[in-house]
This record gives sequence, C-alpha cells and structure tokens, in this order.
Amino acid sequence: MKGLAAILVVGAALAVVPLLGVSNVTLNFLVVALMTALAGQGWNILGGYGGQYSFGHAAFFGTGAYITAVLQVRYGVNAWIAFGLGIAGGALVAAIVGGLTFRSGLRGSYFALVTLAFAEVLRISASVAPITGAGVGTLVRLDLHVAALQFHSRAAFYWTILAQVVIALIVTRLIERSRFGVWLVAVRENEDAAIALGVNATAIKFHAMVISGAITASAGCFYVQYFLFIDSGLAYGTWISIEALLTPIIGGVGTVFGPLIGALVVRGLGEGAQMMTGEAPGLDLVVYGCVLVLIIGFAPRGLMGGLAQWRSRLMRPALFAKVDHG
Amino acid sequence: MAEPLLAVERVSRRFGGLLAVNDVSLTAQEGRITALIGPNGAGKTTLFALISGFLRPSRGAIRYCGTDVTNEPPHRLARRGIARTFQVVQPFAELTVRENILVGAHLRHPARKAAIASAEHVGRELGLGAMLDQPADTLTVAGRKRLELAKALATEPKLLLLDEVLAGLNPSEIRDIVPVIRGLCWRGITIVMIEHVMQAVMSLAEYVFVLAEGRLIADGMPAQVAANPTVVEAYLGHGAASKLGGARAN
Amino acid sequence: MLSPSILIAAIVNGLLTGAVYALVALGLTLIYGVLHIINFAHGALLTAAMFAAYFTYRVLGIDPYLAAFLLAPVFFVIGYGLQRFVIGPASHGDDRNILLVTLGLAVIIENALLFAFRADTRTIDLPYAFSGLDLGFAFLPWPRLIGFGAVFVVAPVLWLIMAVTDTGRAIRAVAKEKLGAELAGIDVAHIYAVTFGLGTACVAIAACLLIPSYYVNPSAGNAFVLVAFTIVVLGGMGSVPGALIGGLVIGVVESLSSLFFGESLGQIGIFILFIIVLLVRPSGLFGARA
Repeated sequence: MKGLAAILVVGAALAVVPLLGVSNVTLNFLVVALMTALAGQGWNILGGYGGQYSFGHAAFFGTGAYITAVLQVRYGVNAWIAFGLGIAGGALVAAIVGGLTFRSGLRGSYFALVTLAFAEVLRISASVAPITGAGVGTLVRLDLHVAALQFHSRAAFYWTILAQVVIALIVTRLIERSRFGVWLVAVRENEDAAIALGVNATAIKFHAMVISGAITASAGCFYVQYFLFIDSGLAYGTWISIEALLTPIIGGVGTVFGPLIGALVVRGLGEGAQMMTGEAPGLDLVVYGCVLVLIIGFAPRGLMGGLAQWRSRLMRPALFAKVDHG
Repeated sequence: MAEPLLAVERVSRRFGGLLAVNDVSLTAQEGRITALIGPNGAGKTTLFALISGFLRPSRGAIRYCGTDVTNEPPHRLARRGIARTFQVVQPFAELTVRENILVGAHLRHPARKAAIASAEHVGRELGLGAMLDQPADTLTVAGRKRLELAKALATEPKLLLLDEVLAGLNPSEIRDIVPVIRGLCWRGITIVMIEHVMQAVMSLAEYVFVLAEGRLIADGMPAQVAANPTVVEAYLGHGAASKLGGARAN
Repeated sequence: MLSPSILIAAIVNGLLTGAVYALVALGLTLIYGVLHIINFAHGALLTAAMFAAYFTYRVLGIDPYLAAFLLAPVFFVIGYGLQRFVIGPASHGDDRNILLVTLGLAVIIENALLFAFRADTRTIDLPYAFSGLDLGFAFLPWPRLIGFGAVFVVAPVLWLIMAVTDTGRAIRAVAKEKLGAELAGIDVAHIYAVTFGLGTACVAIAACLLIPSYYVNPSAGNAFVLVAFTIVVLGGMGSVPGALIGGLVIGVVESLSSLFFGESLGQIGIFILFIIVLLVRPSGLFGARA
C-alpha cells in the first residue's frame, strides 16, 4: 500500500502547515492553490487517465458553485446540504454532457469543442437568468458558524480544502489500482484495442466523466464558501477550464500527485507575475499559456510524468543486460 | 457433424460503391484450426472486422455458439469469448508488457491480484516472462506479436481470430511460434487464422477457406485447396494454373 | 406583431453579417482541411488582427479596407511562423498536444492583448460609416455592404490559388494524402505553414472588414470564433462552399433569433445548434463522412 501511505504522509505534512505560524497571505495562497489542485484532480481523472481532453470543465465547477450558493441564498438550505447537492449537481451535468457526447462517439478535438460549447451555454444562461442573479451575481450572507460552513479562522478553511484534496487523492489512487482504472488507461492508450479485449469504452468514459465532474464541482462548492460570491464569469469562465487542465498537464497527467504539484507551480507563477507587474490583468494567463506550450514541447508528460520517464530510462540498461545474459 | 462454433452466413459488406465482402459463408468447427487465405485486398481483414463486431454486415448473419450475434458490439462479443488480434499490432505503447496483458486478464478477473497472476501466467506461457516489466514499445516485432497474442489469450476466449500473426517474422521466429498456436488448439480454443505464410497454413490448418476479391472461391482440406487451379489463378493470375500444370507434366 | 419588412431587414442584415462570419470560417476550415487540426487560436488571431486594423487606422490613418492589403500579408507571415516554429515542433504531431498548444497560443495572444491594451472597448469612426444604401424597408450601411462583397472576392481568389498555382496543388495533395505527398518530394512542414498562413490572412481580412462596424476589445475574437466553429462544423470540416453557405445561414439564424429572443439568448441559440450538429452529424452538411 505504498501509494496510500504516501498520500497520508503528504496529507499530514500539509495539515501541519497552519500550525507553523505562517502568514495569512501565505495561507490564502495555499488555500487557492489547493482549490485549483482539486479542480485539476477532477480533470485528471477524465483527461489524464482517460485521455479525453475537456476544454469546458468550468461547466462542473460553476454548477457546483451556483447550486451551493443559490440553495443557501434563495431557499435557505443548510450550507452542508447545499454543498453536497452542489457536488451531485456537478455529477449530473457531467452525466448529461458525457452521455450525449460519448454515445455519439465524439473523440479528440470534437469532444474538446463540445465541452467548450457546453460551458459557454451555461455561462451565458447564468449571466441572464434571474435565479443566478444574472449579471450581478449571487452574494452569500456572512455567517461565521460551522453550521453555515464558514469559519473564523483561515486555517479551518485550509483544512477543509485539504481534506477534499486528500479524499480526491485517495479516490484517484483507488481508481489507479482497480479494474476500472486499468480499463480507463487502456481506452486512453488505444480505444479500439481496448474494445477488442472486452472493454465497454463508452461506459468507462461516461463513468470517468461523472467522477471527474463531481470532483471539480466540489472545488466550485468550496469557492463559494470561501469567497462568498459567485457570478457567471467566475463560475463558468474559461479561466477555470484552463486552470483545471493546466495543473495536471504541468504536474503530470495520469499521476496521483500531478495536479497538486501543478497547482503549486501554476499558482506560484501567477503570484510571481502579479508581483512583477502589479495588478495588471492578463499577464498571469500569458505566463500560463507560455508554460503550457513549453511543457507540451519539452515535457509532455509533465513534471511527475517526466520523473517516471527518467526512472524507466535508468532501469532500461539493466533490463537489456538481463536479456543479453539469457 | 456437430454444429460449428462459428457460422458466417452469406455475409456482405458494402463501402459506398465497393463490395468488400460479397456473399461469403464459412464455418469454424469447435477445437479446430481454420485458415482464411487469399491474395491481398481479398476482404479477409474486413471479414474479421465483421465477425468481431467492429463492422456491421450490409447483409447476412453471423452465428456463434448457435446464437445470432450479427449486430453485437465488439466488447460484448469479447465477453462471449471471441478474441482477435490486429494485423497491425496495437499494443498499449506506454504500458509495460504485464500491464498490457492485464487489460485482457481483467475481463475474467475483476480483482487485481487474480488478474495480475493470470496476466503473468499468460505472459510466461508465451515466452514473455523476462520482459514483463518492459514498456511494450521496446519489444521486437516478434515480441510484439507474442504480446498481441497474449492480450487476446488473457481474455480466455473460445474463438480466437488471428490476423496475419506471422507477418514480419523471420523463419526461425515462425518455427518458434507455430507450436504455440498448435498448443492453443490442443487447449480447446477454436482458431481462425488469416495467413499468407503458406508453410504455416499447410502445417497448422485443418480446413481452409479461400477469398478473392470479396468472394469465396474455394474451400477444403489444405492439400486439396493448394492443388485447386482456381486458387492458383487467384494468386498468380489468369492462365497460371495451366502453365504450372504443363510445367509439371514435363 | 412582426411585419414582413422587419423580418426581411433582419434576414438581409443576417446575410451581411454572415458573409463576414463566412470569411472567418473560411480560414478555419482551410486549416482543418489540410492540417486536420482545430485551431483554437483562431479567435485570438482575429482579435489581434482587429487591434492591428484599429491601430493602423488610428496611428497611420489608413482606411481599414486599404489596410487589408497590408495586414493580410503581415498576418500570413505571422501564421506561417506560428505553425512552422511553434505549433508544429511543440506538438510533435500528436493530436492531443496540438489541441493544447493552440489553446496555449490562444491564451497567450488574448491575454497579451489584455495586458497591453486593457479591457476597454474601442471603436473607430469612419466618415462614411453611417451612410449607405436605403432600400426603404432596410438601411444597408456601406461598410457592411463592402464586407459582403469582399467575401465574394476573397473566396474565388482562394479557390484560384488552390486550383492554379503549384503551391495550391501541393496543398491539395497534402490534404488528400500526406504520406504520398511527402514521398513525392513536397515539404509538408512548409505546406502546413503556408496553409496556416493563408487561414490567418483570411482572418486578417475579416478583421479589417469588421472593424468599421464593430468594436474591438481583447475578447472580441472569442465571440466570432465560436460562431466560426459552428459554421465549420455545420458546413463541413474542410469544405469551402460549406463555410460560405454555413456562414450566411448562421448569420441569418443569429439575426432572427436575436429578433425573437434578444441578443444574449441569440448567442445561446448558436451554441445549442453547434452542440446538436456535433452530436448528430459531425461531418457537417457538406463535409466528407468521417
């Protein structure tokens, strides 16, 4: 159980951070980084392990966020229940999108386009629909009680998002070692060969999408509780779709810790860019774009993937030596 | 004669204006090796795609174990016990040999430990034991062919469709793999093989079907088929049979 | 209720807009037809070209319709360079990577524009922008009429290039059979880059045609590009007549749905149409079957 042990160790190490007396600024940075990692962990299941690149994961993030916000604000639903329903809502949207696209056999670029279109439809709808507050957005009332899933201390928020991230890490690891995970990776590597071996590729992709949507939605639900505000651009904007795919790609697609590492890098670059140029909008995304192109060009399997490649390259001479002797 | 394991009944497949497979019927008896031969472009691989569910026939029916499976999707046919290899091998390139075979093994073994054990067993059976930890894309051509076979075998099929599994192998590699195929037959697996390597067809096959330009032109025991002038002409051209017959007479 | 003259006016306006959409889609479909990639950077390039047209007018005082003759070659070179030196090498030919690289480029270009020029919306005011053809039931401003006409000049020129020149023949060869073309001695990387350049040049011309009647800001291109994707998918990936007809159809659809449902929902109509077409018949109405 080396994998699970590693997750628990990392989780414990991260849990200790607030107790080390770090500043609120740092803590805020880490909270946002973990939230970005969580969104990326969702993407990673479908894109990293399944090889289906979605360009519209904002659809799930935003749905989770809006459901959490709107249920509390307009219907007085308890925050924890609203949070859970937000995740369920994200899973439902993923089921609809996945059901439609995979049954039509859409792959590759077409799939990416369709997910983009779905996210845009949701964004525009949210920007005009009265229930979401239309252009103005929705404000969640400040209510610093645990029952309302709001906390006095930033550390409590940190531990909440950390718990979510650790759960997602465990889910990812369990998938990796399961039949579902083996088949998901097979579909990624060669869908037709997988089908010939009895894999129901459509069903596998669908299930991956639902899990993926639920995880990314949970990041959206957290967003609302932390920032207490959501509007159509924040919920369904391309920024979150891009961050959700960027973090696993940089950190390592198809690895358990990839999104976490990628998120720290991405957020770090973002902060760095902001420090250099002040509050000028756009530069951080320029940096993200450059990093994306560079990573694809020079290290397409990301940082963790590159590590794995290194390890196997170190192993190869030994393997061939064995064969020569035999 | 008992009901054949596989019965292809008057199957045709059209692509626009082209009739790639034209009214073909063939059978495979359980536990036997049946060969499907014919010149390039005859429609053999198309026929395999039809049998394994990757293509739907425009006409005709396919029966397996007595059941009509004509329009079933490939993954369900695999679960029924029909496995195929691809003419151009399709490994899961980034995965190790063991992980490759594992994909197939999981069909019958949902639990990971049992599936890995099964995968390793199949791998060793096919001589890949030393390479289980290697990435699939580092194997030689012969190794990849064995891997292709291993993946299909791991699904514990009743019917195995081998598409030119000997192509690209040198004579000694062929000599090594032929007994492996024969061994599969002894285990009760029914095999239908598309093959160009005639020596293997003659020594392995118990019954042969010949396809040319989408049509079935001959069938019978290997020796019969080899002597059949229509078959010779399909491969060597019009008039070749009589020329060869004349040469032999002299 | 809506009188026929309002409907006709909406349709005519839709046709005029649709023609420019068609021009944007033309570039996209050309790139897809030859390189078989969906260029996610198309919208950002359009925005960049619109900014270029804007500044060419503001700073150099050149009328946008004349600027087209300047900007088309400039953007051809930019497109050539992007494909030859960035997209091609970075993606190593892998489909998924190409997707990500063009997305990355889109993000870079759009946000570089945002960073440089802020999010303010700008417009230019041409002296003749408000005069036009008065047909009684509809008023057709000159800029939009010129835009409409220009498309029917650019498309045939493009067709001529494809049919008559050596490069055009090479492009068609690569589109049909890349390996064969390579074996025949054609420099595929160069042809890919030329095609990308042509597609980008189309976008530059479209930008010059749009700028007199539209605003420009860093996300302007996005609005057009998703429409362009819809057109390409509707008309068939790689089909030039499909892009033209698809463009006109979409222009009319948008105009009519804005009339009935208001502007925002008009946009949704297009996306929903897009999704439906992708799900039901991704090869489009004119495209080759996949």
